[in-house]
Amino acid sequence: MIKAEQKPVDEILDFLKPHRKILLAGCNACVAVCHAGGEKEVGILSSALKMARKKAGQKIEILEDCSTRQCEPEFVQELKEKAEEVEAVLSIACGVGVQTVARMFSDIPVYPGLNTTFMGETDELGVWIERCQACGNCVLHVTGGVCPVARCAKQLLNGPCGGSQDGECEIGNDVPCAWQQIYDRLKTIGQLHRMEEIIPVKKWGRESRDKGPRTISREDLKL
Amino acid sequence: MKSGSNLEKILEKGLFAVTGELGPPKGNDIEVVKKKAEFLKGYVDAINITDNQTAIVRMSSIAAGALLVQMGLEPVIQMVTRDRNRIAMQSDIFGATALGVKNILCLTGDHQSFGNQVDSKNVHDMDSIQLIDCVRIMRDGGTILGGEEQIEGQIKMFIGAAANPFGDPFEFRVIRLAKKINAGVDFIQTQCIYDMKRFKEWMRMAGDMGLIEKVHILAGVTPLKSAGMARYMNKNVSGITIPDEFINRMAKAQKPAEEGIKICVEQIEELKEMDGIHGVHIMAIEWEHKMGQITEMAGLLPRPAVS
Repeated sequence: MIKAEQKPVDEILDFLKPHRKILLAGCNACVAVCHAGGEKEVGILSSALKMARKKAGQKIEILEDCSTRQCEPEFVQELKEKAEEVEAVLSIACGVGVQTVARMFSDIPVYPGLNTTFMGETDELGVWIERCQACGNCVLHVTGGVCPVARCAKQLLNGPCGGSQDGECEIGNDVPCAWQQIYDRLKTIGQLHRMEEIIPVKKWGRESRDKGPRTISREDLKL
Repeated sequence: MKSGSNLEKILEKGLFAVTGELGPPKGNDIEVVKKKAEFLKGYVDAINITDNQTAIVRMSSIAAGALLVQMGLEPVIQMVTRDRNRIAMQSDIFGATALGVKNILCLTGDHQSFGNQVDSKNVHDMDSIQLIDCVRIMRDGGTILGGEEQIEGQIKMFIGAAANPFGDPFEFRVIRLAKKINAGVDFIQTQCIYDMKRFKEWMRMAGDMGLIEKVHILAGVTPLKSAGMARYMNKNVSGITIPDEFINRMAKAQKPAEEGIKICVEQIEELKEMDGIHGVHIMAIEWEHKMGQITEMAGLLPRPAVS
């Protein structure tokens, strides 16, 4: 799922300076799971902003709401009445949600309250780690279910560089070497021969982030 | 001949090759290149020019390599996949060969977090193995990567790559060597060898896989300057382990610098006798002026003139 972190309150206060009435819109999907932008966080951030503005002698009125999924126009539509009452929207959904709100309410400013960081899994309570970069052509079947694009600091496709030492990446900070993990996995599942295959150059330009926004169009699902 | 380079000729004749290393200046001061090159002249068959090593911004390896060509010396330009995409790298290979460069060393490159541009974005559009394959296609196929498009001119490059027998997972290190050979590498330079036991084990594994007949392996050595340097490298440089025996010898020595050279020469002597080792790559980092002494003591002089 998408993981995000709240921006520093001071940064949010800075871009809300010109406004006296806003809508603080959360999202009950991914960002609620990582405790950054769900209903609970809407309440906490709203109180923090109101207190800070009161202290600064510039009160702010904040309407609150939380969409089922802020990346879906039909759910964002439900915010319409509140959006019409305010000067701006502060969205604490991921970057996708912020953009859906901006598209739906095109005549008012929309500000991001979060930094969207990655697609990842829960490592332990309160700890999430990046696992996928949506490169557009999955190689996990070759790499034992461990992604070198997301997990190797150099996105190498043909095994560990010379800097892999005792399971650690050369960058240090206890970052595990993704290729050591791939090696261990392939060994365990009896597919070490996979390490011998040369993975050819990736089609970043056609399959990945470099061709403008990617679109999936499914004729079978269209109305 | 694939490239007609001096290094290729020496190795193809079965002579024991000697290469050195030159780190370009952190700026455009040509005198730095010339001074270091003069220290190496006559003692090596080719000179590696590092490509922004440890991610520190330096004069480009191709520009410094071209200066060496002008001096009548032979460069091996290092090319890391960290800083350029496949468009830039192929373009630079056109340019390098046009300027008289005949040897290339395809590398991944140290992570940018080690250098002086920590906020830069690394590229790795290709990895080192894919780069080897790319240069081979350019040279042997006469086309650019993935294209039917014929190259105007000929890319005559002797293709090298690195191998680190001291990286992990150890059992994979020979498989990685095999991948580089399959991708089309002509010669290999190893990481600095101090742990001879592990190096011999790696060579044995490479031999068992039939790899040592397929590629020229140049063994990498670096003379230690002091016990402090030895301890620092052992602790901080990933992929390098220095046995206590050497650290102790350096610590006890009256003249550590001389002891470091002595150890280096002993290593070269041992490597010279090893099956499958076709040369040494001496990385006397910021110690280029010691190259004459090291090669002399190791019995590597005079360097042969080949045609």
